[in-house]
Amino acid sequence: MSNVLVCIKRVPASSGQVLLTDDVMSVDARHVGHTLSPHEECAIEAAVQIAGDTGGAATVLTLGPDSAVDQLREALAVGASSAVHLHTPETGEPGSADEYGPADVAEAIASVVRRRAEGGEPFDLVVLGNDAADTGDFQVGVRLAHLLGRPVVTGARSLSVAGDVVTVIGDGPGGTEEFELPLPCVVTVKEGDISPRYPSIPGRLKAKKAPVEAIDAPPAAQGTARRRLVLPPEQPSTVQVLGTDKDATSAAAAVVDVLRTIGVVAR
Amino acid sequence: MSMSGVVLVLVETEPDGMSTLSLEAVTFARGVAETGGAEVHGLVIGDLPAGGAAELASHGVAVAHQALDARLADYCAAAWASCVVDAVLQLRPAVALAPASPRGNEVMAHVAARLDLRMAANVTEVLSARLGRTDTGDAQLLVHRQVMGGAVLEESDLVGSPALFTMAGHAVEHTPAASPAACTVQPLTPASLSDADLVARVRRSVPVASSGKDLSRARVVVGGGRGVGGPDQFDELVALAERLGGTLGVSRVVTSLGWRPHHEQVGQTGSRITPDVYLACGISGAIQHWAGCSSSKTIIAVNTDPEAPMVTKAHYAVIGDLHQVVPAINAELESRHQH
Repeated sequence: MSNVLVCIKRVPASSGQVLLTDDVMSVDARHVGHTLSPHEECAIEAAVQIAGDTGGAATVLTLGPDSAVDQLREALAVGASSAVHLHTPETGEPGSADEYGPADVAEAIASVVRRRAEGGEPFDLVVLGNDAADTGDFQVGVRLAHLLGRPVVTGARSLSVAGDVVTVIGDGPGGTEEFELPLPCVVTVKEGDISPRYPSIPGRLKAKKAPVEAIDAPPAAQGTARRRLVLPPEQPSTVQVLGTDKDATSAAAAVVDVLRTIGVVAR
Repeated sequence: MSMSGVVLVLVETEPDGMSTLSLEAVTFARGVAETGGAEVHGLVIGDLPAGGAAELASHGVAVAHQALDARLADYCAAAWASCVVDAVLQLRPAVALAPASPRGNEVMAHVAARLDLRMAANVTEVLSARLGRTDTGDAQLLVHRQVMGGAVLEESDLVGSPALFTMAGHAVEHTPAASPAACTVQPLTPASLSDADLVARVRRSVPVASSGKDLSRARVVVGGGRGVGGPDQFDELVALAERLGGTLGVSRVVTSLGWRPHHEQVGQTGSRITPDVYLACGISGAIQHWAGCSSSKTIIAVNTDPEAPMVTKAHYAVIGDLHQVVPAINAELESRHQH
């Protein structure tokens, strides 16, 4: 039986233009909303599958403001059975999640894992996303593993548990790589081979009633060393339109001329 | 503890030489080293490929420290980090960096955790650096690093002994040094390497099938997005890619819809490409896709929407339905080939 903790993050959705707050210290997501960091749907699915396969339970955790409960409920709706909310003030207020560097987030998660272990409900496996879509530090999972004295593999495309061993498959520079870790351990997940399930209506109803343990996040001891955010200068468009599909032949000829100039196509 | 005048670069090897990202990292390191009159040293774990030392020398590496140990035969992030820690303890570099490849990021994360130091991932530029002796012996850098998939830069302080970071892919083009350095190869004893460091090592590796072209190294990429319309409508794009000796890439929505496999995805959660030409067809150009293709030398967009970000950011564009334009390009290539 493996009890799994999956850690997720509420991040600004990004599709088009990114806006910054007036103090240029955060992304202004008011018009685009928030979402789960992309790799984490797969991390949640892995956690729920492993818990299900081994007769254990999957707990979802996030560090963030009130609204981060939305992301917890998404995970609860696809099979996580309980949630932990490390609560921080809103973006822009002192002590917000934006002020937590990767070392601080790892420490906060470690405090929950340690407390649960002391209470006789240890998490055998901790799963996280490979990197958060907003901060992109690539460190929380590794730092967490060091704090807990556990081995860690990052960038997993899939994982499975048999007995006390976790088998992890990931990508290496030359091909696929397979790892075996003893429990307890930490794995970070990349989207790709794990297909996240969609929440069902009963799942969503269950999510509304599932227990969420809310704790004030421990203060960030290290912080981020961020001075400000900078938008790369908006480059004016210099695109040369070669044609349209009204005269596809002529447009195609222009494209091939460009390819020849670049040297992709022989003269 | 005083620092030496060394900027240490963890480099990665490929069968036929040093990786492109590694040579970029060495080039980047030269820029940092020059601010403080420091030397660039490399750290290689495992064998050096033929010509590897010469490549490092021509790019300005004064000394290559090589960790050779039977226990390092299979890749293991914690073991590699242990070697970096040994090099740091021995050399006391002011700065230690790696390319921001998946391995570079994870190894440096381990190093940071072990040495209780900050690590800045995906640094695009070092705005200022004080490498000399300071009151606390720390190097002080001001850096730009990528956040939001590269759509936004974070300006942040990076202080440490050493200052640790990974360099964002293609932050600089790799260029040889004005005059080649010696690149003497010195053995590094992995004294800190422990059994615990080896637990998370690769147990089995399966080489990628030679028919599967590596997107991240492709010189030509033909891209398909939502505009393609369905899983069975990629034939002309595949044909174009083959005709040009290139590889098919797709946007994230195409893989989310299950039209094409994930390994073809170009973007923040897929592959980052650096081709000579990227033909982006029916792709709107969302930020996370741009994060994967912005380093393409020439971008040709085919799209019905002239305001799509992919079009406005491209070098060239054809406005129209890709299902008319791409077959026309294939036909044009065919007809020129005949003559």
